[in-house]
Amino acid sequence: MSFSQILLMVLGAILVNNVVLARFLGICPYLGVSNKTETAIGMGGAVVFVMTLAVAVTWPLQRFVLEPLGLGYLQTIAFILIIASLVQLVEIVMKKVAKGLFDALGIYLPLITTNCAIFGVALLALTETLPSQNYLIALLYGFASALGFMLALVIFAGLREHLELYDVPEDFKGVPIALITAGILAMGFMGFAGLGG
Amino acid sequence: MATESVGTILTRGLWDENPVMKLLLGLCPALAVTSTALDGLGMGACTTFVLVMSNIVIATLRGFIPSRMRLPCFIVVIASFVTIVDLVMQGFFFSLSKSLGMFIPLIVVNCLILGRAEAFASKNVIWKSAIDGLGMGVGFTLALVGMAIVREVLGNGTVFGVTLFGEAFQPLIVMILPPGAFLTMGYMIAFKMWVDRRRAAS
Repeated sequence: MSFSQILLMVLGAILVNNVVLARFLGICPYLGVSNKTETAIGMGGAVVFVMTLAVAVTWPLQRFVLEPLGLGYLQTIAFILIIASLVQLVEIVMKKVAKGLFDALGIYLPLITTNCAIFGVALLALTETLPSQNYLIALLYGFASALGFMLALVIFAGLREHLELYDVPEDFKGVPIALITAGILAMGFMGFAGLGG
Repeated sequence: MATESVGTILTRGLWDENPVMKLLLGLCPALAVTSTALDGLGMGACTTFVLVMSNIVIATLRGFIPSRMRLPCFIVVIASFVTIVDLVMQGFFFSLSKSLGMFIPLIVVNCLILGRAEAFASKNVIWKSAIDGLGMGVGFTLALVGMAIVREVLGNGTVFGVTLFGEAFQPLIVMILPPGAFLTMGYMIAFKMWVDRRRAAS
């Protein structure tokens, strides 16, 4: 893969095929923790960390264990268990080693187990980076996708903070107006579709 | 919980506690695979199957699963049924399985299923859990199909692949693209809130 191809893949993962706004992964935390910009940044940071790690572990597992042994059908069970235990492990290790980071990400870490973006990107990293078969490219893809998640989350949190000041019709208060805002944001992100196309 | 009748357990998932519109669970597949009505129906059917089966198994095992280890146990049960669905879909409904893509394995992280396992099946008897799973699954399917029909009609001028309008119809392409999913979902939840508020007032 040449450098320009790699750059296109990274931009594609962050902007064009944004995890939240184009692929609809991780909608629950997207709606749940986007009330304040600070919490959005905290959650985004935790996701960047765990998503990259998840790809780092699941990719070799699929390539070097499941596929050679013909156990491809165990993918779903193996991946979800790996991700769940990974989150627990990260939590324990972080508590010991990086107390400051743990306190900052603390409450968001357990929430990540049920974040379908992690599982989704672990699957996508297998198919999207298929022609290169390169571990580093897959890692980079996971990292870029996570950055895309964080970007969308932080922008959305900023919008929702403003939204609280406006007089929204009774029935649209809360989730409906947030979804419509997300729709308009997704339209904005579609503008990036021309990149590399 | 003991006083709830079978009818309430079965029907509350349809409207009052609709998983998508009220509980806001399982939004990812609801947004992602509702660009055509057939995809929505397929996704709903797969999720209902996994929900009913995992509710049954978890309710059966609820006496044996230690409470501290319950979440990993639930996930393994759910993941097993998702794998079954995934393989069956690839074997018998290949084109549907292609268009649902990675969202079939992703049923495993659908918070609706884990949510019902935790909130209902781990505390109730087997037959009640099965009915709860069925009610919630059908409610989920209805929300998905409803949303998919709106999007397919507006975005493509068809329902289940059948063309509805004449040549002059200009489809609103945006409705079958990602932004349309968010917009439709927003309006659907607002519609539910509007109906509920009017019912409460009268």
